Amino acid sequence: MLLDGTTAHVDFGQGVLRDVNVSLVEAKVGEYVLVHAGYAIQVLEEKEALETLSLWNEVLDAAGE
Amino acid sequence: MAQNMKFRNPELAHSIAEKIKTVTPKKGQVKFCHVCVTHEWTITHFGLRSLLPENVEVIAGPGCPVCIVPAAEIDEAVQLAQKGVVITCFGDVLRVPGSQSSLLEAKAAGADVRIVYAVSDAVEMAKQEPTKQFVFHAVGFETTAPITALEALGDLPKNFSFLVSHRLIPPAMELLLGVGDLQIDGFIAPGHVSAIIGLKPYELFTRVYRMPTVVAGFEPNDVLMALYMLLKQVSENDAKLENEYSRVVKPEGNPKALEMMKKAFTVTAGNWRGIGRLPDSALQLRESLKPYDAREKFDVHVKEGRDINFGCECHLVIIGKIKPKECPLFMKACTPAKPVGACMVSSEGTCRVWAKNVAAQA
Repeated sequence: MLLDGTTAHVDFGQGVLRDVNVSLVEAKVGEYVLVHAGYAIQVLEEKEALETLSLWNEVLDAAGE
Repeated sequence: MAQNMKFRNPELAHSIAEKIKTVTPKKGQVKFCHVCVTHEWTITHFGLRSLLPENVEVIAGPGCPVCIVPAAEIDEAVQLAQKGVVITCFGDVLRVPGSQSSLLEAKAAGADVRIVYAVSDAVEMAKQEPTKQFVFHAVGFETTAPITALEALGDLPKNFSFLVSHRLIPPAMELLLGVGDLQIDGFIAPGHVSAIIGLKPYELFTRVYRMPTVVAGFEPNDVLMALYMLLKQVSENDAKLENEYSRVVKPEGNPKALEMMKKAFTVTAGNWRGIGRLPDSALQLRESLKPYDAREKFDVHVKEGRDINFGCECHLVIIGKIKPKECPLFMKACTPAKPVGACMVSSEGTCRVWAKNVAAQA
C-alpha cells in the first residue's frame, strides 16, 4: 500500500492493484485495510488476528480434555 | 497474513463443529439470526448448516441494503433519470424493481444511467461533463453511509447531488425481536457494519432483550466460532455481547467515519421494502447540505410505491420468516436471469445467494 495524500495504492492480492481513498482511516504504508466500494473503512490488526486464532486453539484444546 | 488460511481451514471447521455439539441443548430448537448477506453467502457457500446439530437453525434477516430500498425511492431515481439527469449507482441497484420500472428499464428507454464502483467515480464524471446534472443513488447500511458523508462534506461540483437511501441496521434488528413467531435466541451481528458503529449499539439487545449477540467475521470458521459462542451463552443462560471479529471490529468502531456521518446526516424514520416504516432507521442530508440533496434540488418526492409483486414473498424472506425455497416463485417464475423480487435481483439478496449456492448444489 502506497500513500499519496488521501489516496493509497492497495494490493488486493494476485496482482490486483487499485487506488483507494483512505480518508476514513488512520492507515500507514504496509498495513492491511478493509476496502468497501473504493474506500478503506478500517485497518486490520494482525496482532488481533493472531490472538483470535490462539483463542480458538485454546477453546478447541479444552474440548479434548 | 500468512495465518489467514486458518480462518477457512476445513479441519479446524470440523473441530469447531464438534465443539458446537458439546454446548448445544439436547432438547428444543435454537434459532439464531444474522443480518448480513455476506454471512448468508459464507453459510451457504461453505455448507455450514450441514455441520450444525439438527436443532440449531440459522436464519437470514434484513442484510441486503439493496433489497430493502422501497420502490418509492427507486421511482424517485427513475423520475430523475427521465428528467434528463444522469443517474449513477452501484451495479446491484440497476435492476431493483420500482413501481413501474427499474433503472435498467429506464436506461433501455433512453435514460442516462451509469454503474460506478465508487462514489468518487461518479464525482469525477460530473467534473468531466459540467453541462450535465449528476445524481448518485446512495444505497447501503453503515458501511457505505460514511463514504457518502465524506464526499458530501468534500469539494463537490455544483452539478452533483445525492439521492440518499441509506438505512441503519440496529433498528431492523430490534424489529425482528418484535416479530412474535420468529423467536430468535441470539444474533450474529454484522462484521463490517460493526467495523463502523462498534459494539455500543448492540448493548440494547443484551441488556433490554437479554439476547446473546456475537459480532462475527466472514470466513467460515469465524461464523462457526460465533455460533459456538452463542450456543455456549444459551447453554449457560447468559446474554452477553461478544466480539469474534476483533481483528477488524474495535469496541469504538471507526470514530472518523462516525464523525463524518454525524456531520452530514440526521437520523429519521424510513420505509423498508417489505417491512414498512421504522423509526430512526434512515439517514437524510443535513439542512446545510441541501444543495446536494437531489430530492430538494429537483423537487422529486415519491411518497408511496408498489414494493412487492404479485406472488412474491420477498417481505417474508427479508425478515427471515421463510427460506427462499419456501416461496412458490423461487427458481420457477423467479430466477437470477428473470427476477421478480428485490431479493433475487441483488447479488446481496438472500434468494440470489440461495439460487447460486443452494439451488445449484441440489
